[in-house]
Amino acid sequence: MTRFSLILLACLAIVVPLSLLAGRVWINPFDPAIPNAGVILAELRLPRALLAVIIGAGLGTAGAAMQGYLRNPLADPGLFGIAPTAALGAVLSLWLGVSAGWTLPVFALIGAGSAMALLALIAGQGGNGTGRGIALFTLAGMMIASLSGALVSLAISLAPTPFAMSEIVTWLMGALADRSWRDVWIAAPLTLAGLAVLALGRRSLDALTLGEAAARSLGVEPRRLQWLMIIGIGLTVGSSVAVAGIIGFVGLIVPHLVRPFTDRRPSSLLVPSALAGALLLLVADCVCRVLPLAGGELRLGIALSLIGAPFFLHLLLKMRRGLA
Amino acid sequence: MNLTAHNLVIADRLSGVSVILHPGEVTAICGPNGAGKSTLLAALAGLLSPDGGSVELDGISLGAMRGQDRGRIIGYLPQSPEIAWDVSVETLVSLGRIPWRDAPADEQGHAMDTAIAAMDLDALRHRPVSQLSGGERARALTARVLAGRPRWFLADEPLANLDLAHAAALVARLREQAENGVGVVLVLHDLATAMNHADRVIVLEKGRVAADGSPDEALNEAIIAAVWGVGARWLGEEGARALGVSNLADRAN
Repeated sequence: MTRFSLILLACLAIVVPLSLLAGRVWINPFDPAIPNAGVILAELRLPRALLAVIIGAGLGTAGAAMQGYLRNPLADPGLFGIAPTAALGAVLSLWLGVSAGWTLPVFALIGAGSAMALLALIAGQGGNGTGRGIALFTLAGMMIASLSGALVSLAISLAPTPFAMSEIVTWLMGALADRSWRDVWIAAPLTLAGLAVLALGRRSLDALTLGEAAARSLGVEPRRLQWLMIIGIGLTVGSSVAVAGIIGFVGLIVPHLVRPFTDRRPSSLLVPSALAGALLLLVADCVCRVLPLAGGELRLGIALSLIGAPFFLHLLLKMRRGLA
Repeated sequence: MNLTAHNLVIADRLSGVSVILHPGEVTAICGPNGAGKSTLLAALAGLLSPDGGSVELDGISLGAMRGQDRGRIIGYLPQSPEIAWDVSVETLVSLGRIPWRDAPADEQGHAMDTAIAAMDLDALRHRPVSQLSGGERARALTARVLAGRPRWFLADEPLANLDLAHAAALVARLREQAENGVGVVLVLHDLATAMNHADRVIVLEKGRVAADGSPDEALNEAIIAAVWGVGARWLGEEGARALGVSNLADRAN
């Protein structure tokens, strides 16, 4: 582990316990008189903090892997269409009024699985994996994203009741409020499995730095890498959407934040992106918790998009200056 | 360990190409634009699935080999190499060691140091590739291939961006590789380089082998006139020849 990763790990070790204290009810660790402090910590704050760490790590790593795979700093894990399709599954459960308990995350995971199956089908039809293979595959992912987005909009416009419509729209904004240990048990194993799968592709992602032809000459099997990406991105992003809704921009921003502190090989970005993603989501969630807002908490998805969109714009302008 | 193409067919680009390449030789593949030079090189590197025929290394089809095993034996430098991230020269060269990722660290370091020194890149070792000139970048990419210590070095126009001194140095380095038993196969646009430095020249025309032999045989004036459609004459001494183009022949004739 590099020095930079160790610093991020140390930050995380400090922020996680601090995040447990922040919220609508501030908990003073030196004041044992706060009523229900134990329950708040164990049943609300701890699962929420762990979810932020798990989802942030998954999205950060997925973003780094995606940018390495597409050799494009503007790539985001959402490009494969897995997040919108998982969201479509969740929206369907809300639309049908069967979103209680495990049903919504299971519907979202079925959605993510469907997108992965479609991508696998497209990958299976994708010729010999040469030349334009990755570009065509990604375009197919974008089409899946577009179709799922349209179906989500259709579900909203045909919502059976105004309550269902409001529930769908609110859910789509993404949040970690009111999550429980059940959500941790859903997200943790799937995300960890996804991270392990993405780690298997690290050398191939490094080789892709030289382009597809040179990468294949170095022994990269394009089909194997495609599978690793589908499964890795599917598990990390799918489980994230299943428990927290759409949380954008983490996968885009985090690799950019950590890249200058690495040797810029895609494999060097995976671990720091996981740690920085966890840290970013945890801090953003704390801000959402403590920010005074009439009518409840600021939604995490909105907060990250508010930060992410100007960052993206800055990135585009910087790239444009680089090209000029 | 010969590298052999048997009656190789790749749709619209190669129509029944058969060549046997020998280790320890510098082979140049020449031909006009669109003749299929880069396609043949990529096929010899095992990167294309042929529509007919096969490419074999010592009798084993490249298609049947594990990618990592093939990557250890055949080093390939594409015509338009890209570098997606602004890595340092050292990191770039280290990518050439990917097929050897399980090798001991000292062996990795030695292979990289040798490749960096061979391409005269010691002073630029820690420089980001975005700050390199076109020639320096080409040298760094060549060092990346050399770092893998391949038994076959296949490069598509490796001299295209090099200045005179570095082109001469690379040619000398490749000659040294060939003397050590490495098979060197180069796609070359410059016929004089092929004439002066190759042991063997394969001339392609419209996806077929038009000539195959020593530089004197394969690049004689009659073949140049027939394949390139120009009247040309070799000038100078053996080993330092230049091609004088005397007139443009009418290709239709």
